[in-house]
Amino acid sequence: MEWANQLCENRQFGSKMTDSKYFTTTKKGEIFELKAELNSDKKEKKKEAVKKVIASMTVGKDVSALFPDVVNCMQTDNLELKKLVYLYLMNYAKSQPDMAIMAVNTFVKDCEDANPLIRALAVRTMGCIRVDKITEYLCEPLRKCLKDEDPYVRKTAAVCVAKLHDINAQLVEDQGFLDTLKDLISDSNPMVVANAVAALSEIAESHPNSNLLDLNPQSINKLLTALNECTEWGQIFILDCLANYTPRDDRESQSICERVTPRLSHANSAVVLSAVKVLMKFMEMLPKDLDYYSTLLKKLAPPLVTLLSAEPELQYVALRNINLIVQKRPEILKHEMKVFFVKYNDPIYVKLEKLDIMIRLASQANIAQVLAELKEYATEVDVDFVRKAVRAIGRCAIKVEQSAERCVSTLLDLIQTKVNYVVQEAIVVIKDIFRKYPNKYESVIATLCENLDSLDEPEARAAMIWIVGEYAERIDNADELLESFLEGFHDESTQVQLQLLTAIVKLFLKKPTETQELVQQVLSLATQDSDNPDLRDRGYIYWRLLSTDPVAAKEVVLAEKPLISEETDLIEPTLLEELICHIGTLASVYHKPPSAFVEGSRGVMHKRLPARTGSGESTESPDVGTAAGGSAPEAAPSIIPSQGDLLGDLLNLDMAPPTTSGPPPPTTGMQMGGMDLLGGGLDSLLGGDIGGSPAMGAGFGAAPAVMPASLNAPVGGGLGDLFDLGGVGMPMGAYIPPKIVWLPAMKAKGLEISGTFARRAGVIQMELILTNKAMSVMTDFAIQFNRNSFGLAPAGPLQVLTPLGPNQTIEVSLPLSTVGPVMKMDPLNNLQVAVKNNIDVFYFSCQYPISMLFVEDGKMERQVFLATWKDIPNDNESQFQIKDCHLNSDAASSKLQGSNIFTIAKRTVEGQDMLYMSIKLSNGIWVLAELRVQAGNSNYTISLKCRAPEVSQCVFQCYEAVLKN
Amino acid sequence: MIGGLFIYNHKGEVLISRVYRDDIGRNAVDAFRVNVIHARQQVRSPVTNIARTSFFHVKRSNIWLAAVTKQNVNAAMVFEFLYKMCDVMTAYFGKISEENIKNNFVLIYELLDEILDFGYPQNSETGALKTFITQTGIKSQSKEEQSQITSQVTGQIGWRREGIKYRRNELFLDVLESVNLLMSPQGQVLSAHVSGRVVMKSYLSGMPECKFGMNDKIVIDKQGKGGGNGCQSIAIDDCTFHQCVRLSKFDAERSISFIPPDGECELMRYRTTKDIILPFRVIPLVREVGRTKLEVKVVIKSNFKPSLLAQKIEVRIPTPLNTSGVQVICMKGKAKYKASENAIVWKIKRMAGMKESQISAEIELLPTNDKKKWARPPISMNFEVPFAPSGLKVRYLKVFEPKLNYSDHDVIKWVRYIGRSGIYETRC
Repeated sequence: MEWANQLCENRQFGSKMTDSKYFTTTKKGEIFELKAELNSDKKEKKKEAVKKVIASMTVGKDVSALFPDVVNCMQTDNLELKKLVYLYLMNYAKSQPDMAIMAVNTFVKDCEDANPLIRALAVRTMGCIRVDKITEYLCEPLRKCLKDEDPYVRKTAAVCVAKLHDINAQLVEDQGFLDTLKDLISDSNPMVVANAVAALSEIAESHPNSNLLDLNPQSINKLLTALNECTEWGQIFILDCLANYTPRDDRESQSICERVTPRLSHANSAVVLSAVKVLMKFMEMLPKDLDYYSTLLKKLAPPLVTLLSAEPELQYVALRNINLIVQKRPEILKHEMKVFFVKYNDPIYVKLEKLDIMIRLASQANIAQVLAELKEYATEVDVDFVRKAVRAIGRCAIKVEQSAERCVSTLLDLIQTKVNYVVQEAIVVIKDIFRKYPNKYESVIATLCENLDSLDEPEARAAMIWIVGEYAERIDNADELLESFLEGFHDESTQVQLQLLTAIVKLFLKKPTETQELVQQVLSLATQDSDNPDLRDRGYIYWRLLSTDPVAAKEVVLAEKPLISEETDLIEPTLLEELICHIGTLASVYHKPPSAFVEGSRGVMHKRLPARTGSGESTESPDVGTAAGGSAPEAAPSIIPSQGDLLGDLLNLDMAPPTTSGPPPPTTGMQMGGMDLLGGGLDSLLGGDIGGSPAMGAGFGAAPAVMPASLNAPVGGGLGDLFDLGGVGMPMGAYIPPKIVWLPAMKAKGLEISGTFARRAGVIQMELILTNKAMSVMTDFAIQFNRNSFGLAPAGPLQVLTPLGPNQTIEVSLPLSTVGPVMKMDPLNNLQVAVKNNIDVFYFSCQYPISMLFVEDGKMERQVFLATWKDIPNDNESQFQIKDCHLNSDAASSKLQGSNIFTIAKRTVEGQDMLYMSIKLSNGIWVLAELRVQAGNSNYTISLKCRAPEVSQCVFQCYEAVLKN
Repeated sequence: MIGGLFIYNHKGEVLISRVYRDDIGRNAVDAFRVNVIHARQQVRSPVTNIARTSFFHVKRSNIWLAAVTKQNVNAAMVFEFLYKMCDVMTAYFGKISEENIKNNFVLIYELLDEILDFGYPQNSETGALKTFITQTGIKSQSKEEQSQITSQVTGQIGWRREGIKYRRNELFLDVLESVNLLMSPQGQVLSAHVSGRVVMKSYLSGMPECKFGMNDKIVIDKQGKGGGNGCQSIAIDDCTFHQCVRLSKFDAERSISFIPPDGECELMRYRTTKDIILPFRVIPLVREVGRTKLEVKVVIKSNFKPSLLAQKIEVRIPTPLNTSGVQVICMKGKAKYKASENAIVWKIKRMAGMKESQISAEIELLPTNDKKKWARPPISMNFEVPFAPSGLKVRYLKVFEPKLNYSDHDVIKWVRYIGRSGIYETRC
């Protein structure tokens, strides 16, 4: 209230009757005084008092104590006073529900008033009073108002249905208001239509499957007619609603587009953007060879450019959207580069966005202009902007090969300015240029090395170290340079530490003679003095590689790196499609799906672009549909995932290509999706390049035997750690059966569950993929097991934190314990599972490989083994044949060890290898085995001895599965 | 939809707060103040997300208007609405200032109640609003008046009421253009465009049907060369219209027909990039003499008919931050070094076409050890010329009012062209 008092002191305009004086009530006994004034007989005084109350309310004072007094003023002919009282009511009714009932009579009476303005006011205000008891009284007046003769009342009543639905959805359905609302879509008055559409769209959002809007060619036609006649806001409601419709074929799609295009000339930018959304969406359905298709493309460019002459805030919204449009359909704006040039006076948020789009539009045709601009920007004041400009130069080099040389020389010029952050940024991008064009621009390394001391940001330091390591053979003093970083090793960030480790190993592999000491030093720093598991693990891997097989080490560390892609930070295709469906909205501004920032069920429904269903191409459409639906990997492998990239890690590409946009969506569902994509990519890449190479396999396989015993444990764990990250089965790890479908969607109302079991670092995990193939959102997942042979039970709740939208998939891994209730099952490894969600409970049964239960300390002492073997009666022995297995005994033994089947001894008799093995189950049962392998014979014989012979069959199955995979 | 709307003064104190949705609480008011208004940093985005709540803001002088929501709203619509809200307030009580807002807070609440229902923007045409939101207390309206109001607010022609009468039917057309230029030091045009507006002030009786014509290339070409009567046509890149213009008709026939609102309205906005007449050319010459001195010479040339006069010419030459003193000599007008603005400002009242003028300045610099180079902001220019730099010409504006007894010939029409500088910059 301070300003209010000040205002009072220097009020030169005191002579005029102004409202600001109401902000200046005295503080003492204020409420008491107001009470008296409110109950005054004089109308003027009453009104004054109510104004004071509203002023206090505005600044956040609690004036709820005056509730009865204010409500008493409600019965009045004075419209202004009435509105003020209503305003008060809307604010405080919720805190005083009983008192609010007092007002009901007046509302009901006002709804019958002769003046349509009063009727509308009453119904509008009543909807804003969020008290359950009032809603009952609201129904009758609302019903009347929905059918009022005056359009002004009807349009207000239409919105009121949405209000009521927000308070009590059931009531609205029971009272049949939704049907009345639907009827209003055919109203003669365009504004009533628009408000009805808005209300229905909002209600439909919270009932994704209700088909409330029931859009069909007839209703669409009505909407398109109303579009020409209603207010600018109404046009937005209608266009946004149209965007949810999927036309039946290309012809319908074209005719809608034709009727929407005139909106592109509207003065209101929101109308334009919503029209663009409808066109972008429906265009998907048009055949590309159609003349109309190219006409439409041409028509879209000018209005998008015009949006850039709007006010800066709108420009920002427009630019964020253009960023999406350019990614989806680059052809629309490819000739419009100049309009995205940054103006000196643009607000920073507009500048940054323009820069992004400039890079996306850069091509051979315009690169000269773009570079000249970027160079200008690099000398500006705003640090973020300058950095981005420098990065942009690097990205141009990567994108347009012909310009690479000029970009590099521009970057060198910039490095000469010695402006600290410019230099660092330039070095980061030059690293990427090296990656893209190997062996082309290395002459600049000398210049880069001069700036070594000025680098203080981790990213720049890491980039520089990468360059030194990568080109160690061409830099005379590479060892000195790297050594200088080593001094403060523990103060560096992880990124720099990892990079330094790798760079020195590379250096060692290239110049082994002089750098042995250095590599020893860095390995011991990384493995012994560091608390960081990533660093330690990487250190151990290098150490083992170098100590066992330097040739393999060379192949791994100095492997040829995949080229980086031209376009970085592209939005993932499925997300892009969804965002295109949200043009103009907040989602398109944040570049995140609505589910990432909207609470509750609203907006969780994922929108997608329609598939093309031309008359001649209908056969093709299902494919298009699924491709759009969610299988991103088809397009993905060409793009190197830019963050947290495991493959990159191993191949020492620590730094991802520059990324600016697209912060990872915060929901777990999304992250899981990302992981999946990564895993898939990694799997295929590893399978092709590394897993297949025998040198590599041998290197890893032989390692444990050679390792000093003390190191054994941490390495094993570390390895597991490292490989577990992406959920990728490495050849060496425990055997994990492929995922199979346990519960088909048909049997579970659209929920599909597939999965497998794995044992990771001593923990049994059930790995599940839940896919929602229904149309509605699934929530509240839970899981339970029936009693089973080994007492398996979930060790925690099923971690599905976000609701699962239609066509969404989530990967969950559920840790299991073995302390649950036990009941013998048939077959022994059968597991009955119940999964519950918001829809129903579903049951299925699956079988787990018994190897999940093999514990890590299952290695028996030789003596004990011998004694036990003798001790178990021969009746308990069972023999099996494993056919078509081509491993030699050592490979078999190491493979089995991965699944905790330990070889205790080996004997060779007449060319036949006899392996003696022990297994311990989680419930303490020991299984002893003798595996006979004859060279040249692909059939193995296995004898199992166990005190509980029932398990033998299952154990045998495990042998077979492990050895054959 | 919009969940709430707040207006703050520059200190972050709330002047107006209206909440439309239950999911927006009073704490949202404070969240915006703390995170945006009181934030030390410069505003990095007009949309801010704080704890899953999105805030849209615009600033008018030192007043902040913020719209709040928790849903995935149409962002473009929210900003359009905020601008519209500013327009409505300006139309009611003039400049948007703390004082005016406080003086009219009851009115503002009443307006907000009317133009935003449950967060959905409703009819916000000032013309319509002024018929029933009057601030004069009760006005006993007759039944006809009431239904006239409601049918206007919801009607197809929501921007004009019936029964308007003038003794003299008159209309004024202003073609207002702002010409934008970015030129390289070598005189190469990096980008140039004109953004223009056609503003119409009409005082016409009844419900007049109007038709507007200009030298649009597409229309002229369609009519054939014979109809062109020597009038140069221009290529319009894009145009947008006031909501009174029938867009589907424009789309089909490219004719601009409408029933105008009474009084002033912005009929059309357009943009052109081809064949722009650049009224001035700026030729800069900056020479660094050692580390402590700069020599600047700037020549401006006017490039239009000698019979026309440009006005309010102002050239702004930026100077480095470490400037200690400046000596200026100019041939025409007055020039001054303004230390607070880090610029030399050279003003010329009038200048005819096809002339040139020159300024030279010596800038003394304080020696600094700041490594960062001076960014050399571009030289900018302001002016006003009595023609349209895009070349746009009004060909006709016909008025038909079939019900009343006046014809197109009886309407007095005035047309005026004003070209102003937008962002008119030359890099140096």
